[in-house]
Amino acid sequence: MPKTLDINGKSLSVEAAPDTPLLWVLRDELGLTGAKYGCGIAQCGACTVHLNGVAVRSCQTPIAALDGVKVTTIEGLEGVHPLQTAWLEADVPQCGYCQSGQIMSAAALLAHTPNPTDAEIDAAMNGNICRCGCYQRVRAAIKLAAAQGPATKSASATV
Amino acid sequence: MNAPVKPVSAQKGFSRSAPSRRDVLVVAAVTAGGALLVGCSPMSLLGLGAKDVDFGPFGPFIRIAADGSVTVISKHIEFGQGNHAGLAAIVAEELDADWDKVKVEQAPANLKAYANLQQGVQGTGGSSAINNSWDQLRKVGASARFMFVSAAADRWKVAPGEISVKDGVMSHVSGKSATFAELLADAAKVKPPEAPVLKDPKTFTLIGTDRVKRKDTGLKSTGKAQYTQDVHMPNMLTAMVAHAPKFGATVKSFDATAAKAVPGVVDAFKIPSGVAVVAKNTYAARQGRDALKVEWDDSKAEKRGSDAILASYKALASGQTQPSGDLKWQVFDNHGSGPAPAGGKVIEASFDFPYLAHAPMEPMNCVAEIGGGKNKLTFGSQIPTVDQLNTGMIVGALPGSVEIETLFAGGSFGRRANFKSDYVSECVHIAKHVGGGRPVKLVWTREDDMTGGYYRPLVHHAVSVTLGDDGFPAHWKHRVVTQSIMKGSPAGGGGLDESAVEGAKGSPYLKATPVVDAQVILPDAGVPVLWWRAVGATHTAFVMEHMVDQLAKAAGQDPVAYRRALYVKAGANRHLAVLNLAMEKAGPSPAAGWTRGVAVHECFGSVVAQVAEVKLVDGEPRVGRVVTAVDCGTAISPGQIASQMEGGTCYGLSAALYGKVTLKDGEVEQKNFDAYRVLRMTEAPHVETYIVPSSGHPTGVGEPGSPVIGPAVANALLAMTGKATSSLPIVSA
Repeated sequence: MPKTLDINGKSLSVEAAPDTPLLWVLRDELGLTGAKYGCGIAQCGACTVHLNGVAVRSCQTPIAALDGVKVTTIEGLEGVHPLQTAWLEADVPQCGYCQSGQIMSAAALLAHTPNPTDAEIDAAMNGNICRCGCYQRVRAAIKLAAAQGPATKSASATV
Repeated sequence: MNAPVKPVSAQKGFSRSAPSRRDVLVVAAVTAGGALLVGCSPMSLLGLGAKDVDFGPFGPFIRIAADGSVTVISKHIEFGQGNHAGLAAIVAEELDADWDKVKVEQAPANLKAYANLQQGVQGTGGSSAINNSWDQLRKVGASARFMFVSAAADRWKVAPGEISVKDGVMSHVSGKSATFAELLADAAKVKPPEAPVLKDPKTFTLIGTDRVKRKDTGLKSTGKAQYTQDVHMPNMLTAMVAHAPKFGATVKSFDATAAKAVPGVVDAFKIPSGVAVVAKNTYAARQGRDALKVEWDDSKAEKRGSDAILASYKALASGQTQPSGDLKWQVFDNHGSGPAPAGGKVIEASFDFPYLAHAPMEPMNCVAEIGGGKNKLTFGSQIPTVDQLNTGMIVGALPGSVEIETLFAGGSFGRRANFKSDYVSECVHIAKHVGGGRPVKLVWTREDDMTGGYYRPLVHHAVSVTLGDDGFPAHWKHRVVTQSIMKGSPAGGGGLDESAVEGAKGSPYLKATPVVDAQVILPDAGVPVLWWRAVGATHTAFVMEHMVDQLAKAAGQDPVAYRRALYVKAGANRHLAVLNLAMEKAGPSPAAGWTRGVAVHECFGSVVAQVAEVKLVDGEPRVGRVVTAVDCGTAISPGQIASQMEGGTCYGLSAALYGKVTLKDGEVEQKNFDAYRVLRMTEAPHVETYIVPSSGHPTGVGEPGSPVIGPAVANALLAMTGKATSSLPIVSA
């Protein structure tokens, strides 16, 4: 049955059963492939998106739960978020597969905690696995972005 | 991050292991291909059926657009190692291109143009991408530069030697200048030189600088990088497969009624590896697959648990079980003679290593279009030549005619390269059944990936060392029991499987020991095994480095001084240099509350030393600062070398602390990241990387950074608690 979702500021209609995880609707129905499938059980964080500004694992979020909820994906950051600039500066990714999820978790962190401590970064990022082991650069890039001040209009619009 | 150190010895061009890997791949390819065609040379056989391709005036590795922008074609897959940056930088350096505008593109399958020069097939492995491409790509860049300079000299009627090139602009002292774009048509007509003149490395302006950063960070930080998982094609079906819970089991019968009733499911059918469900999208395929009822025939399956397999290995090592049939002990180092010195101190230790899953972030997947005149794969192919061969054998086509478009892969760590092309073949079987060239995307779930086999083998080492009066090893007895990676492949000849012992074989500690009796035995097991980042070094580095600390302790010596003395005895100058550099950078003592452990290992031609600082947090080891020194020959991208040392350290630490795949009654117990614990942000160390200055042939960094941290941590724990580590993972819960 058709359902309307609010994704990256657009109202989009999708044909999917209510129990369908948001991840598969994003990827297979809407062509938003930035969020990745990594585990399917909310253990790895590769599928992280924002629901009303909060970092959530889209693999465990049925679309039935999204009435009136603003969904933001990595595509919604439009490449202009300070984290994305910092990611370039610190040359963070290796294989890159987990990076959308890492950035979305970090963006939610910075939105609420503009200057996070190491412990706050650990707490916010511990749900995001990177098998290449980019953690040190993820941490450095979060601090770089934090030092550059608050997100731009587009990025802050996600919260 | 470079630091001056003592000069190191002459560098080896190829790694110790590279020739054996190359030979193995060629043999594998020929053996497998022998079923197809007999009597051809390996290269011509594997490339048969390939279309002739016109690569343009600059050859298969460079394309220059009308706007003068340079695209470097990479014959190696990029799945994290950063090789695309390094390979492009080699070309850009010799071409004097504008680095900021250089792009990188992934080469399609084409053995003739894109063979790995150390391995004989097109493929990426053994940390060989930069190593095998160095001379080749320098010539490629220098050749194109010659063509532009010649074109400029002709146009300006000046001597070529008077023309300089910088950032894609040719200049003459007279003030004339022209861009690649302006001279493209003329340069394209110049005959490429037979022996292009290479730069003096002292004049490099790009190689070795921090400017050599990744070209894909923008794509990968915006969600735009294209992985197999992201492929969507018109009319595409998504497939999932029900696999047997035990390795070697087959489908006895199945009932797909419920599966076919799932909305979106198109069909369900048997293939050699299980029962496939094809559907209109991933979620439907998953639901359909879960609704299948399959009865398995376990009669030929491996039903042992991993505990029973390990017990059988231990019984072989201790002599409690004598090998029978074809199973025999093989010598991998046997020098000197005579009994161990009477009355010498004897140190005995054993080491158990579990099966390990590679667990890359992107589970295995592949897109195939088969039929209707098309045999095409689109995915992260690690050894395209072997994937072409296996596909060709399934569909009845010449290997060279199978098209492969290689995409980024979300990690591999060795998993995407195997002689059977396991998941690729599965996808090809499904696409062949669907037919008509209709695209099929095979998706493995995390559970499929974790339980799908091809693990780092289970390994047992038993070591007994007798010290001489000077406290150094006088007699070294070493027994290794593991499953051969090569034996299960078409390369499985009767020779020694080097991959089972590399790193112990050739160790400076064995070289420094007067009498060595080292043997390996490779019993069969029904569990598919495979190379796993750093391969043999995943266990040999741990054994040799943790053993040497136990020897130093027994001899009452400092482990670093003990190593230095052994390296001098063995003539291991590069080991000594990296150890000295790491110690110098680490400084005299760790921060308060932390204990240091040191380890050094050579892997695929690069030597890495690490000083790791460890403390216990809630009873578990936590690693803080890790000072790393690496000798990888000429450093092309210091930033990417550091990145690989950081990442390799995390990957190796994850395995040493937490990694294990266990089998109960033949079935894998760890099915996802909730049970297969991997390193997370909180547990990640801070790695400092220092590169030994070198003008030697570059060697790899993708793997050598991973096997050193495990023994460094075990050595710190030995210093802290007095207890040696005899089995991995260190954290058992």
